[in-house]
Amino acid sequence: MEIHAGRDGSPGKERRPGLVEWALIGIALLYAAVLLAGPLVTIAWGALSEGFGVFLEQVTADHAVSALKLTLLLGVGATALNTVLGVCIAWVLVRDDFIGKRFVNGLVDLPFAVSPVIAGLMIILLFGRGGWLTPLADALGLKIVFAWPGMLLATAFISLPFVVREVMPVLAEVGIDQEEAAFTMGATGWQAFRHITLPSIKWGVLYGVSLTFARTIGEIGAVLVVSGGVSGLTETSTLYIFRTLDDRNYTAAYSTAALLACICFVVLVVMEFFRKRSHA
Amino acid sequence: MSLQTAQVSPAKAPSRGRVSLAWGRWGLRAAAVGYLALMIVLPLSAILVNGASGGPAAFWQDITNPVAYAALKLTVFTAVITTAVNVFMGTLTAYVLVRYDFPGRGLLNAVVDMPFAIPTLVTGVMLVLLYGPQSTLGAWLEGGGVRVIFNTPGIVLALLVVTYPFVIRTVQPVLMELDRSQEEAAYTIGASKWTTFRTIILPAISPAVVTGSLLCFARALGEFGSIVVVAGNIPRRTLTAPVYVYGQLESYNQRGASSMSVLLLALSFTIILVVDWMQKRWNIAYATP
Repeated sequence: MEIHAGRDGSPGKERRPGLVEWALIGIALLYAAVLLAGPLVTIAWGALSEGFGVFLEQVTADHAVSALKLTLLLGVGATALNTVLGVCIAWVLVRDDFIGKRFVNGLVDLPFAVSPVIAGLMIILLFGRGGWLTPLADALGLKIVFAWPGMLLATAFISLPFVVREVMPVLAEVGIDQEEAAFTMGATGWQAFRHITLPSIKWGVLYGVSLTFARTIGEIGAVLVVSGGVSGLTETSTLYIFRTLDDRNYTAAYSTAALLACICFVVLVVMEFFRKRSHA
Repeated sequence: MSLQTAQVSPAKAPSRGRVSLAWGRWGLRAAAVGYLALMIVLPLSAILVNGASGGPAAFWQDITNPVAYAALKLTVFTAVITTAVNVFMGTLTAYVLVRYDFPGRGLLNAVVDMPFAIPTLVTGVMLVLLYGPQSTLGAWLEGGGVRVIFNTPGIVLALLVVTYPFVIRTVQPVLMELDRSQEEAAYTIGASKWTTFRTIILPAISPAVVTGSLLCFARALGEFGSIVVVAGNIPRRTLTAPVYVYGQLESYNQRGASSMSVLLLALSFTIILVVDWMQKRWNIAYATP
């Protein structure tokens, strides 16, 4: 990513750093190194300290693999849910007008302000014993708490705002001229959306999707409360790390943590790619 | 990443007088509002009702019992320290990133977002591995009388990592947009760099700094994943409020968990409202450039 000093990108006065400037740069780099680079190097070292073979053995252990599968499934599920409904919410908030729209707009940000543990607690209160929606779930024969549906709900809750907040500005910027033109030519609402709107907002959507996915695979607080932590069944990768740490099985914990960090790194790179296009 | 409340002008809904479009519009409206009601309004109401289920006296007791009160105090204390440090370091980092050219600038700018992508639990594991009593660095620090892991410094350290991007990413775009002519003028009349920064740049970026610090503070209040690993969670010493909520749930005290949650929610909502107001007032967006 390119950031230019001057408004026009021309080198400003202080582009050639002096002694004080070098000190400031040094402090900023040192701070980033202590907070970010140090821990990253340590986890790689911790995971590989007993050799690459042991690392592979740990991350391919039965429970580690089933946990990773569940993590990815929940991530994909929650991301799909929040992408479809997120684009829908963004569209309604930008293009539609109705009483209470500002209130609805404010609601979207709430999951960012709620601690993940509290998000999990909400699901328990709604679907646990004596919960408001427990009769409904029972009637449908669904087990929500201590099972994957509850974990999906919790994951979807904490990652809800990303797609909405990425798509809204893009949608506003695109405007409605082309859509109107399509309608004039007799296109249906769905056709106009698919051929006109969607192509123009796709990078914003994809950036939102990558943010959502990154957030979902790293979640612990919410799923910890809801899952009940049955290894092999309702255990995600983060829960697996949490449990193996508790069991003092450090090699397993470090290996899975390193693997998860690698996956997130890939998502981060993809994220940067989409962001550059979305904010271009 | 963006936490901005997108300031989009509400386009007046054009009436098209087409039955299918009207149906589609109502369908979308219902889907959007229905999803938010089900996912956000209903769960929040459940917490409020559960927290208040014992009456005001019980609620007061829930949040003022020694363990809960200590947890709350620790959470606010560590969040304040974290915010203070990251306000200073974040502003400095944003300034350096925007104004100077140096080897590694592109890399630094790219890794700023890393704490958003790395699972917070993994962040916690990394810190334990680096500063824990079994590590060389941890043992050395402990020899010097500083215990990091399973202690307050560890909590602050974890929060510093997790909230690292907030101030940087709010201040950076504002600095980039800043008109340089005032600074040039200040230099011309002989002002020092520090005077220029203090009197010209700082006032211009301060709304962004405040917004970033509030977001950082709100995030620090709710943090769980990294702290649960790093803190050791000793009641009245290193147990934070979110971990307290988890503990109460584990010991089947739902109301106690809900009461603390209501308090935390009230705190973060106030912050979000202030941020929202500030964004409207000064038109700041929290977004990467």
